[in-house]
Amino acid sequence: MSDVSLNVGQISSAAGGREELRDYIALLKPRVMSLVVFSGFAGLIAAPGQIHWFLAAVAVLCIAIGAGAAGAINMWYDRDIDAVMARTRGRPIPRGRVQPSEALAFGVILAIFSVMLLGVAVNWVASGLLALAVLFYVFVYTVWLKRRTPQNIVIGGAAGAFPPMIGWAAVTGGVSVESIALFLIIFMWTPPHFWALSLYRAGEYEKVGVPMLPVVAGRAATKRQMLIYTLLLLPVALAPSLFGFAGLAYGAVALAMGLLFVGCAIKVLREGDAAGDRAAKQMFGFSILYLFVLFAMLIVDSGASGVLSVLPGGMG
Amino acid sequence: MAARRSNSDSEVHRRKRLKNYAVLAALIAFMVLVYFVAIIRMSGG
Repeated sequence: MSDVSLNVGQISSAAGGREELRDYIALLKPRVMSLVVFSGFAGLIAAPGQIHWFLAAVAVLCIAIGAGAAGAINMWYDRDIDAVMARTRGRPIPRGRVQPSEALAFGVILAIFSVMLLGVAVNWVASGLLALAVLFYVFVYTVWLKRRTPQNIVIGGAAGAFPPMIGWAAVTGGVSVESIALFLIIFMWTPPHFWALSLYRAGEYEKVGVPMLPVVAGRAATKRQMLIYTLLLLPVALAPSLFGFAGLAYGAVALAMGLLFVGCAIKVLREGDAAGDRAAKQMFGFSILYLFVLFAMLIVDSGASGVLSVLPGGMG
Repeated sequence: MAARRSNSDSEVHRRKRLKNYAVLAALIAFMVLVYFVAIIRMSGG
């Protein structure tokens, strides 16, 4: 009898541990992190030069942890509005699974850890850029802009655009026109990506007083802005081919994907309000695919020499 | 009442123990990471 109850206790304890681990992982916003890691890795591969494969892995790990840490601090700060919005009320803090102070401590410790480790293991330029990205996301986007201006996503989007620049700096030790071009791709992509989401979540943002563009300027103005940004993104996304650190294959795919993205924006613009935002939901999904395909092509097409330099055995 | 408090205490202890193990695992992983980074940096990597 006592053995059985002990086993049941152990099983429930293990399950509880797994759930707690899942809560802490959720604080790191793993879905956002996957895109951040992928674009950081692409910047690392596309950069000219060599880096030991283990240090490259450490750099990617630091980018992932730094991004996750910023997400945890963001969840701590936004816990009041997260509890109200349907999209975010399942997060660990509103559900009472993690104490706000624990989430803050978790985020701050991981942020410091990732920045310091990147500096010691790789270089201090990459480390400084990671620190800038985390600070920008927390103080400029989360604390300053998000609840004050409909341009929150435009300016705040810069935080999410840093990862490929950090990956590039990990290899080259500096910032160049090429890495700024990679930064600009994500910077121009973020507004139409996020506004597509905010079109069908406008009611929730309005309820919590976040001045997203559809809430403040209206749906029609938001749709026009989305089209303008996708048009501006089209030439920016071709920059890697124009600067010569990606080939024609990348350029062709970037052009095709860019035209499809513009097509999505036109579809959103033409869709009536009664259609239930189907086009906006499609555009949001496509925008994620767009960025993944673009950076996957950058990895494939930016030159095999870069890949060889980071693989095991590429350099001792 | 006492039994309920005892259960709640053991739950708090369980959570604390799990957290301590997680911190221990993270510290060991960090030590291993820094060891390999130091070896690679010293060999000119």
